[in-house]
Amino acid sequence: MMAELDSQLQALNEIVDEAKVAIANADDNRALDTVRVEYLGKKGKITAYLKQLGNVGVEERPVIGKSVNLAKQDVSALIDERNNLLTEMAMNAALAAETVDVSLPGRDSDIGGLHPVTLTLQRIERYFKNIGFDIAEGPEIEDGHHNFTALNIPEQHPARAMHDTFYFDADKLLRTHTSPVQIRVMEEQSPPLRLIAPGRVYRHDSDLTHTPMFHQVEGLMVDENISFTDLKGVLSDFLQAFFEKPLKVRFRPSYFPFTEPSAEADIECVICDGEGCRVCSHTGWIEILGCGMVHPNVFKHVNIDSEKFLGFAFGLGVERMAMLRYGVNDLRLFFDNDLRFLNQFK
Amino acid sequence: MKFSEKWLREWVNPDLSTEALLEILTGAGLEVDAVDAVAGEFSGVVVGQVISLEPHPDADKLRFCKVDVADDEYLDIVCGASNVREGLKIPVAKIGSVLPGNFKIKKAKLRGVASFGMLCSSKELGLTESAEGLMELADDAPVGIDFRHYMDLDDVSIDIDLTPNRSDCLGVAGVARELGVLTNLDLTKPEIVDVLAETDSSFVVEVKATQACPKYMGRVIEDIDVNAKTPLWMSEKLRRSGLRSLGPVVDVTNYVMLELGQPMHAFDLDTVDQKIEVREAKAGETLTLLDGQTVTTHAGTLVIADASSPIALAGIMGGSQSSVSKNTTRLFLESAFFATEAIAGQARKYGLHTDSSHRFERGVDPSLPIVAMERATALLKQIVGGKAGPIIQQISEADLPKLDTIHLRYQRIKRVLGIELDKQSIEEQLTRLGLHLTSVDDGWKVDVPSFRFDISIEVDLIEELGRLYGYDKLPNTRPQGTVLTSNITEKLSSVERLQQLLISRGYHEAVTYSFVEPSMQLLLAEDSKPAIKLKNPISADLSVMRTNLWPGLVQATVYNANRQHQRIRFFEIGRVFKGDLESIEQQRQIGGLIYGSQNSEQWLIDDRQVDFFDIKADVEALLKIGQGEISFKAEEHQALHPGQSARVYKNGSPIGWVGALHPKLAKPLELDGKAYVFELNLDAVLSKQVPAFEILSKFPALRRDLALVVEDSVTASQVDDCLRGIDSDILKSIQLFDVYSGQGVEPGKKSLAIAFMLQHQDRTLTDEEVEILLKMVTDKLEQELGAAIRS
Repeated sequence: MMAELDSQLQALNEIVDEAKVAIANADDNRALDTVRVEYLGKKGKITAYLKQLGNVGVEERPVIGKSVNLAKQDVSALIDERNNLLTEMAMNAALAAETVDVSLPGRDSDIGGLHPVTLTLQRIERYFKNIGFDIAEGPEIEDGHHNFTALNIPEQHPARAMHDTFYFDADKLLRTHTSPVQIRVMEEQSPPLRLIAPGRVYRHDSDLTHTPMFHQVEGLMVDENISFTDLKGVLSDFLQAFFEKPLKVRFRPSYFPFTEPSAEADIECVICDGEGCRVCSHTGWIEILGCGMVHPNVFKHVNIDSEKFLGFAFGLGVERMAMLRYGVNDLRLFFDNDLRFLNQFK
Repeated sequence: MKFSEKWLREWVNPDLSTEALLEILTGAGLEVDAVDAVAGEFSGVVVGQVISLEPHPDADKLRFCKVDVADDEYLDIVCGASNVREGLKIPVAKIGSVLPGNFKIKKAKLRGVASFGMLCSSKELGLTESAEGLMELADDAPVGIDFRHYMDLDDVSIDIDLTPNRSDCLGVAGVARELGVLTNLDLTKPEIVDVLAETDSSFVVEVKATQACPKYMGRVIEDIDVNAKTPLWMSEKLRRSGLRSLGPVVDVTNYVMLELGQPMHAFDLDTVDQKIEVREAKAGETLTLLDGQTVTTHAGTLVIADASSPIALAGIMGGSQSSVSKNTTRLFLESAFFATEAIAGQARKYGLHTDSSHRFERGVDPSLPIVAMERATALLKQIVGGKAGPIIQQISEADLPKLDTIHLRYQRIKRVLGIELDKQSIEEQLTRLGLHLTSVDDGWKVDVPSFRFDISIEVDLIEELGRLYGYDKLPNTRPQGTVLTSNITEKLSSVERLQQLLISRGYHEAVTYSFVEPSMQLLLAEDSKPAIKLKNPISADLSVMRTNLWPGLVQATVYNANRQHQRIRFFEIGRVFKGDLESIEQQRQIGGLIYGSQNSEQWLIDDRQVDFFDIKADVEALLKIGQGEISFKAEEHQALHPGQSARVYKNGSPIGWVGALHPKLAKPLELDGKAYVFELNLDAVLSKQVPAFEILSKFPALRRDLALVVEDSVTASQVDDCLRGIDSDILKSIQLFDVYSGQGVEPGKKSLAIAFMLQHQDRTLTDEEVEILLKMVTDKLEQELGAAIRS
């Protein structure tokens, strides 16, 4: 009986050995699956082995049963192991086949860009919106009243001549500054007012440093207690925020018919940090904006009580801000729309 | 206003470097524009005198001179100037001297003759831009003295850029007054004494226009010597102020103008017919001016006339016929006050701008004419001699500017400036400015002197106080204000979002001029209505206002296409101008242009040229932001390809165009290739529906595809319109996903494939209701479009 048993177990071992070889030889998951069916399936070799054990004695059955279970587990484990290996190999092969040159450019990645004047305007608008200013707009073809008279620039005032105005007829003209928007807003709304008015303006002037069209931002703040020191504070803070530098700001007396007191603000040259260079004509300072307290005559034109309300106004040139910010050396580039220029701004 | 530092220091001489002095002026609002040395840099130049001269043996134009420079021996110098002559005093650059441009003078041989130095012209010494011949010095110039010292050349010309309100500083006296206040110093004024009449020669003066000329003064001066020389000190001051010496009489009037700020004029009395009349011109009178041009007067221009015709444009420029000439012996000297309103704008009408008009149109102190008259008379007598008559004057007190008394409130100063100034310093400062203060309860009554005619209201005084305190010393504060409400409407999307969308789709933003070339405008316009025209354009190619954005976009495209760009996409946002001057529409538009390749050259993508559906996609994307009902209808635009142009409608209203530029425009626009454009009304694009949420159905959605054959002429929008008319609450969306013609489809017809998405809000759809709907759809398509449904 023992010899019988031994021979039975020997046969099982042979099946297992045979399976091991088959597993090792299976070189893909499908082949391995065939091996699994061949040995562990319902009609597989180990099942067949069990079936032909009918004549084994009762006391030997547990021994054989245990051996068969062990053999199944062995084969199954080997198949799983092989399966994992094959899966990993297949994945590796697939990955290798799918490898691309990641340094090649992607498909259709081109984007355009915003004009530097727009970028500058957006930053100015964002700053003033954050401190509670509204954005106002006005017509570009203006009349003499809004562009001049209501701003305390009467007919024949020398300041009219200084504006180099484009005319359509005796009255209609292209606005020479964004200041008329102040008037239009104050005609419609009552104080308190806080607004900026960005837009195109026009002067009859064209040379290296002038283009007949350019952009300005007008600012206006009217309330019961607004003083000249507030004007200085708001504009100094703005200029430092715009240039992202704690630069020096200097205020000088000046003259605009629509403000009194009037001032011009200079900033420390951002190109040379005030050392003196070609851009600042070796003075270390750059003239950046005009400003002042709203003139009582302007308030009179729009029926605002100048005893009750005070206000400040300012106007700045957008191209000039953009040139200083980005280091652009030629004003005319802003209007050539040369893609080599525009591509530098996104 | 240009003047020399030394001249200013004659009046007031603070203990400050040039730099510090200039900083004070700029800080006070008299902005220093330029500072220039009054001569080039040179050394070793002395005053010399030509003792004798002989012709050069080998050169016709050269002369061999012996020159006295007060050395032991005369210098032998070869000179080629035509004005060299015996006895002439000139600047001499000796051996070893260095002239401007680091030009060293060495012993030289000129055509074989040794020369020991150089006789100089004013240009060679950097005194003038140009020169004819040697600089001729006065006969009393001391020989041998250092030329820089003799001419007092260690000086600078200061050019200040005065704001229009500060015409009181259009004379050295005014600048000095200001500097005196700023540095707390008194002025050293030149002594101006009244010149007593030596003759009783008078002349008839009639002022007809008293409002325009409230004060007119004249004086006859006889027996003058016009050939006298202007003294060096005067011609140098004039030169350093940017004026040329033009003879002693004109030099004196110019000098007094620069010194005091009062423009003057001298007439040759012998040319004046009977009288001087100050009147308004009649239209069409003619006058030849000092500069040689003959003007025809406009009615109303103030003129100085004699009995027969105008002899000067008052306050602007004199006539040539009545001007001082080499033969003049009798002068009529004019010193007047003309009202700003009478002069302002007049010079420009004649294309003129003079030192005189510059001052009168800004304002001159009405008390100056008498001072200037006495000053000029004294200087003339000193230089050209002569006998002065009594001053003739016509004054209309009622027409002279009134001197205001201004109420200055202490509290108001603080409210405007933002800081508290102490009362004593306010009084001191304003008093130094020449104002007269009287204390009242809440401040002062302030009398303004005639020379500060720019000060007329309270805030003008407050500005003066701020200015003298120093704007830079005022603190910076943050305003304390009312918190405001703000508007955050969702019915408008933002311009920024549209810009970002177009940028993501490869567009660059362009900024082009609002005025364009008229013929280009006409080619690209929607209709042939004339564009609004500028009266004074900067040039012919920028002379009409754009009626759409395309001219600028085309121009930008041509510019870049000419620079080898293969793929161009531009957009612009800006106003266009339509209608006529009586009713101008200034709409904000958004427009774009695409041209060339669809993609930039790329290893993965097969390149193709852009087409209609590329630009249409961009327009559709833009319009999706605002939602709303959008349709594109084939309509014609004279600048667009008739088969590839669509008018764009939003919620039933036309809002713009999209299409291919008409091929006939390629040549005149110099466009080498097809360009596609769009333009939409910005406000219409920005208008937006506030999203209204619809509950998401939990029940399965079904898709049913239909294939139908229609005539070629049936458009997608016809199909769309037909299907849109179906009233069903289970039809969620319709998608045209294929258009096919060719094999398998009858010629002249096309096959369309449409997907229908069906879903019920509250339950699963039944087969029956799906069938009913599809039947309705197919019936409608068959009936309305003659469609044949393919199984």
